[in-house]
Amino acid sequence: MSPSEQDIYEEHVLDHYEDPYHRGALEAATHAHEADNPLCGDVIHVDLKLDADGKVQEAWFSGDGCVISQASASMLMEKIEGKTVEDLKQFSANEMLDLFGPKLTPNRQKCCLLSWRVLQAALHSPVNHDGKSDDESEAIRRFGGPSLSEEA
Amino acid sequence: MDYRNDFPILGRNSASGAPLAYLDNAASTQRPRAVIDAMSECYEQYYSNVHRGIHTLSEASTDAYEKARHTTTDFINASSTREVIFTAGTTAAINTVARTWGDANVGPGDCVLLTIAEHHANIVPWHQLAERTGCRVEFLPLSDDFTIDEAVVLEHLQRLKPKMFAFTAASNTLGTEFPIANWTKLAHEHGATVLVDAAQAVPHRVIDVQSLDVDFLVFSGHKVCGPTGIGVLYGKEALLNAMPAFLGGGGMIQRVTTSGFESAALPDKFEAGTPPIVEAIGLATALRYLSDVGLDAIQAYEHQLCVYADTQLRQIDGVRIIGPTADKKGGIVSFVIDGVHAHDVSQWLDTRGIAVRAGHHCTMPLHHSLGITASSRASFYFYNTLDEAQRLVDAVREVREKFAPSGRRRRRVAN
Repeated sequence: MSPSEQDIYEEHVLDHYEDPYHRGALEAATHAHEADNPLCGDVIHVDLKLDADGKVQEAWFSGDGCVISQASASMLMEKIEGKTVEDLKQFSANEMLDLFGPKLTPNRQKCCLLSWRVLQAALHSPVNHDGKSDDESEAIRRFGGPSLSEEA
Repeated sequence: MDYRNDFPILGRNSASGAPLAYLDNAASTQRPRAVIDAMSECYEQYYSNVHRGIHTLSEASTDAYEKARHTTTDFINASSTREVIFTAGTTAAINTVARTWGDANVGPGDCVLLTIAEHHANIVPWHQLAERTGCRVEFLPLSDDFTIDEAVVLEHLQRLKPKMFAFTAASNTLGTEFPIANWTKLAHEHGATVLVDAAQAVPHRVIDVQSLDVDFLVFSGHKVCGPTGIGVLYGKEALLNAMPAFLGGGGMIQRVTTSGFESAALPDKFEAGTPPIVEAIGLATALRYLSDVGLDAIQAYEHQLCVYADTQLRQIDGVRIIGPTADKKGGIVSFVIDGVHAHDVSQWLDTRGIAVRAGHHCTMPLHHSLGITASSRASFYFYNTLDEAQRLVDAVREVREKFAPSGRRRRRVAN
């Protein structure tokens, strides 16, 4: 068994991939956001229900993509319920990588951080009466960085 | 065919400790010792700028640089060294044509015809031309068997009357080899100028620009066992002469005054600034090396590897080949695996020492047209082995098992 095999696709990760926490839509969402990584096609949508005190009552995700992007989203949803908006704004990218666990190369870190970025944007994106989110945070909808996909 | 010992890097292992099986040759090839040595020799013994100094080193470097142009001219059978321009690569070469020939010859309402299988390097420069001139860019669609019928090409040429027909000689994703000579003849009969992106063809088979009668043909050094940072723009002399210069600077001028400049003659006209000198010397060494191995032998050998990998992978349940059968393509086998993302495929294969490409391979419109966002691609070269093709097939089988739904359950945490 090689290091990368053991590290990245450990049982805990595959468990979340195959049996995710709160995969689906949340009708009563107060905040929502969706973003993709156009270079590899990973996409994550996050629905949040915040209560009057700014606490996350429920967090759901949906999406499509690699094991890392989907399993990390499941772990994140499981982690954030009960946390306040302020807690989550403090929750850093490095903490997200720690939550995932296995050490990732920079290319795969992007997969892991997709759900974290969507969550950060969702906190600023209240859902309108028509069910559409405001998308105030266009700037972080799409993100660059090193990619497996550039270069011929 | 065993040339592995000529390539120092092929002896190493991947990060997992498994022996390297380098199957990412469509992205970039590796270099034989001869190329590495030729470039070191230049740096250590006779390097200087070219076409400038009147001293020993400059004479030697200039001589080697221009000999490299002769070697390249012979390799593609251009009729003159004036038709062979050294650029930074395929991308730079296509941009040069779009910026100069394009700006001078294409206007509002004109059409540039491409195939849907083009690499971004042969799409974006034409989109940019459209932004500048108001021309439109049209795409030939693929048939279900990942080829394009001649009747479809003919219909588009008749209906759209394109000024430029720019197409890849071989798709970097599908592997499909398009009939350069036939399409060029048809295009000329309908008044179109032809540019062929031969980045995936020149490394693998004999390309003779005169018998193909193409107007422009481009390829990259790093895909023919040469260095990065160099590519070739071939153009018919009359066309190149009629085109305005592109990048301005030293080397591309006859004279400069405070009120203007006069362009140099071909090929210098399109080589502004200090050119890729050592890269040209490395490229020429690579082309001589490939000629010694023999392009016909390379093509035949790669075909064997492709037939094996393509046939075996097609037999694996849940694996879909993105591309035609082996008889219609070069040594490229792209595939998707049901329920497994290309990144995960690539990551797993890396644990077995196998390097493949994962993603859209710079062909987003093609992937979109096929309804997928990413695929995995194995691409062979003459230094690969049947054993490596077998390892690929075995590892893909493992991927199927590893990521197949198994009824596993996440550990529940108390909230």
